[in-house]
Amino acid sequence: MNPLLDVRGLHKRFGGVVATDRVDLQLFAGEIHALIGPNGAGKTTLVSQLAGQLPSDGGRIVFDGHDITHLVAHERARRGLVRSFQVTRLFKSFSVLENIALALQAVAGSSLRAWRPVRAETALFEQSRAMLATLGLAAKEHLFVAQLAHGEQRLLEVGIALASGPRLLLLDEPMAGMGPQESGAMEQLIATLRARCTVLLIEHDVDAVFRLADRVGVLVNGRIIASGSPAQVRSDPNVVAAYLGEAAQA
Amino acid sequence: MALPDRPAASSIGTLVPGAVLALALPWLLQALQMDFYLSVASRVVVYAIAATSLNLVLGYGGMVSLGHAAFVGLGSYVTGILLAEGVTGFGVHLVATVAITALMALVIGAISLRTRGVYFIMITLAFAQMLFYLANSVKGYGGDEGLTLRARSLLPFGIDLKNGIAFYYVALCVLAAALFALARFVPSRLGRAVLAGRDDEVRAEALGFATFRYKLAIFVAAGALAGIAGALSVNLQGYVSPNALHWTQSGTLLVMVILGGVGSVWGGLAGALVLLLLQEVLAAYTQYWEFWTGWVLLAVVLFARRGLAGLLFDLRTRLAAR
Repeated sequence: MNPLLDVRGLHKRFGGVVATDRVDLQLFAGEIHALIGPNGAGKTTLVSQLAGQLPSDGGRIVFDGHDITHLVAHERARRGLVRSFQVTRLFKSFSVLENIALALQAVAGSSLRAWRPVRAETALFEQSRAMLATLGLAAKEHLFVAQLAHGEQRLLEVGIALASGPRLLLLDEPMAGMGPQESGAMEQLIATLRARCTVLLIEHDVDAVFRLADRVGVLVNGRIIASGSPAQVRSDPNVVAAYLGEAAQA
Repeated sequence: MALPDRPAASSIGTLVPGAVLALALPWLLQALQMDFYLSVASRVVVYAIAATSLNLVLGYGGMVSLGHAAFVGLGSYVTGILLAEGVTGFGVHLVATVAITALMALVIGAISLRTRGVYFIMITLAFAQMLFYLANSVKGYGGDEGLTLRARSLLPFGIDLKNGIAFYYVALCVLAAALFALARFVPSRLGRAVLAGRDDEVRAEALGFATFRYKLAIFVAAGALAGIAGALSVNLQGYVSPNALHWTQSGTLLVMVILGGVGSVWGGLAGALVLLLLQEVLAAYTQYWEFWTGWVLLAVVLFARRGLAGLLFDLRTRLAAR
């Protein structure tokens, strides 16, 4: 089976610092692939390279058989490679429902229409409401994003990435800053994604990762030092030394 | 700025009396024997069109352009030069003005929109100053002394823009059309996409919005509308000089938009109306009218962040809630 995403020798330097060190990564359709690693390991940099916010210094990214290394972010998103952000980035002038509708509009690609009000597009809002129901935010649709609790903002953050119907969803620490109850809701949501799309999950909460992921990679100093099933990775002595030991202490 | 524009039922309550007043103004002024003020009203309308076009770029696109007057001035020159050459049809003037200012906006926008923030301010200023010096150097059309015109644009049915009342109504029609188009644009797909880019460009890109293309589209539309304002302006004054393109003119337009309401459909009109009336009234009492205007601007920036249009909106909502 061909991988949905095939990354070869991906490289990124910031001045003298190597942030991404010849990373190889294959993601297969339908899996939840987690990437863990200590702070500063280069996880967010890698996500930004994959989603197109950062250009790479070397290597190749093949998505669904097409070389997308030189495509810009919005072209990658239109092909179905969509990310969420570690620091919440929502549209503050828009209601919760409109945030979702924007995501749907973005991939539909007919945004040069300047006359017909979007409000008249009932199908768009039907779909958006269905998405909000999935997120458990149906009751909040008329609120502005600033009026949401942190955990709800995080759900919407993932929700707008998910709403565009991606084939590959890159989740950059979706549970960042969440309390135990809130991260429970997020974990449930991520567990349901397997049926919808392929997921690359960057997450600090190692326990959640081992419950959710089909495969786990460990990134340390920009390099993937181990990869395999949760059980394999958990017992890998290199991983324990480089990361899990430290996490257990913390 | 935080609230998306929604048509409120109560807006009809402000719109209708406002429109009636605007339509009846020439008669009113005649009845009050204040005919002179019709040219002030016309100036307000022309500036309102220019400020509305800047508001499209600034308030909706989130792009602080310090060179917008260049498009107004360019429009004035295109129409002025055609008039000087004996071409009098307003239709020809409009087509030529829109074509040339839109093309110029396309070129300037395609380059400037690759920059952000302060760099965007500086690069739009630089392009405007280039056009300013170009206008100074065209000796055949007045050079630094400017171009004075005897003739004005002619419309079908013998309407001559030399006639103050005819001019006022034509300009009013243009303003109404511009405001209507803006009100349609804001809740449209393009409007939503542009606002999303203003809120968070990185996120909009990550979702699949080609933000550069949308910003360029509205930059070009705004440039063309500014050009039309220029075409009207040269007809009103019978004169255009390089000063029309000077960056201080762009500054005046910025002040109008900020005063009136950044990102509000009525912002450009409200700002032009208040600033020009302040100027008119204060100048009668003191030569330091700019000093007092400064205080008003300061008050608006400090106490009415969404401008005068926003202030009116809040008042109306509060009254309606009562």
